[in-house]
Amino acid sequence: MGHLSYEQAKKVVYKGLVILAAVTLIEVFFSLLGKGHIVESFKFITWLHYLVGLLIIGLSLYKAHFIIYEFMHMKYEVKGLAMSVLLPTALLIWAIIAFFQEGNSWKHRREQIKEKNELPADGQDGQQGMRSGDTYPLELKS
Amino acid sequence: MATTDTVMEHHDVQNQQGDAWSGGKEPFRASYGKLMMWYFLLSDAFTFAGFLISYGALRFSSPTWPVPDFVFKTAPFMGHRELPLIFVTIMSFLLIISSVTMVRAVQEGHRENKNGVVFWMLLTILGGAGFLSCQAWEWTNLIGGENMSVTLNPFGTHTESGAYLTDDGKESDEVFHAGYSFLMPKAGEAHHGDEHAEAGHAAEYSQGDHPGYFMDEKGFIHRKYIVTAGPDKGKVKMEDFGPRAFGALFFFITGFHGFHVFSGVVFLFIIMINAASGLYIRRKNGYEMVEKIGLYWHFVDLVWVFVFLVFYLL
Repeated sequence: MGHLSYEQAKKVVYKGLVILAAVTLIEVFFSLLGKGHIVESFKFITWLHYLVGLLIIGLSLYKAHFIIYEFMHMKYEVKGLAMSVLLPTALLIWAIIAFFQEGNSWKHRREQIKEKNELPADGQDGQQGMRSGDTYPLELKS
Repeated sequence: MATTDTVMEHHDVQNQQGDAWSGGKEPFRASYGKLMMWYFLLSDAFTFAGFLISYGALRFSSPTWPVPDFVFKTAPFMGHRELPLIFVTIMSFLLIISSVTMVRAVQEGHRENKNGVVFWMLLTILGGAGFLSCQAWEWTNLIGGENMSVTLNPFGTHTESGAYLTDDGKESDEVFHAGYSFLMPKAGEAHHGDEHAEAGHAAEYSQGDHPGYFMDEKGFIHRKYIVTAGPDKGKVKMEDFGPRAFGALFFFITGFHGFHVFSGVVFLFIIMINAASGLYIRRKNGYEMVEKIGLYWHFVDLVWVFVFLVFYLL
């Protein structure tokens, strides 16, 4: 186990406390900045929201890395153990891409349904029943 | 063979499971218990990831979503001041600090220092209990004070700019922009940050359709407004509930995490008692049990990093 002396290890722990607390504060600051709490006019800058979002995600991943490698001692385990635990989580990259894509597609469908529902009933010229292939005869329940 | 026997004695006082571990050569040079704790945490990570990804998918699928800095802006003892995200930041600090005290307990365990282990584990338990108390307050406030439930979400977001109507149906000077959030109040309950629902005023609301508002059968007041920009300019609309999934996702995901914290506190308590009784001294394995519960406890902190990210920061 511990490849560090007791005194060294103790120092790492308190350094960890400072790092995690500081990163959390920076995250909250960025989040509030992006939402326009610090500078009012920032609320409506879309690209800033994305930039701030990416920054916060990066900082959270750094926090996760620090907790796993220092606090959970993954750094001092053999490589096989680390890989057998960490590599399977790569599957989540696919899950995130796939499901966010799916969520986006639901949104488009809902908008489509809403638009079609708002159209006046197409009574003229006996065109009833003509629906394009991508429209679904569904009613959105609130 | 004498060497093998001593190794067995040293490593496997409590693990008599597999042959591989009893053979004196541990896979991955980790004890059975620790390795299995890692794999349990991996599987748990997938459970949480499933929850958080479903949150993301549903959020993406919805045209509006309650803004976290609007929903989570209350804190105990602070009255009705607006403090976006401050309270959850304090909750995060509690978990971070309890994670640090846990590392200290594990380190004292390696030195076979019984009093050190018990002392730092006690602090860890206090941190965990503090976090749970904060969560209890947060939930009480959301359910009791703001009427959010698993199936009902009174936090909505405007998709158009507009101006609220006065009680006789005239356009008032109280305007809002697209993207602004609101919390629908219930009749008779004044809400912080909502100047309209002053204590005396709110009592006058009555059920049904009115020029300025609509009150549904549950008592929620849907305020009416006139759209001031966009294709629907000039139309009168009324506020409606926000995406329903929000409440269910919030209570299930933070509840599932809170349940992990709760079980963690229970296990920490049991292991602290065992440590104090001298059980782990007799095992002579550097308080490995403390190390294992430590892994679990750090994982709870790790999950919170992502729950905090997804629910509160983004």
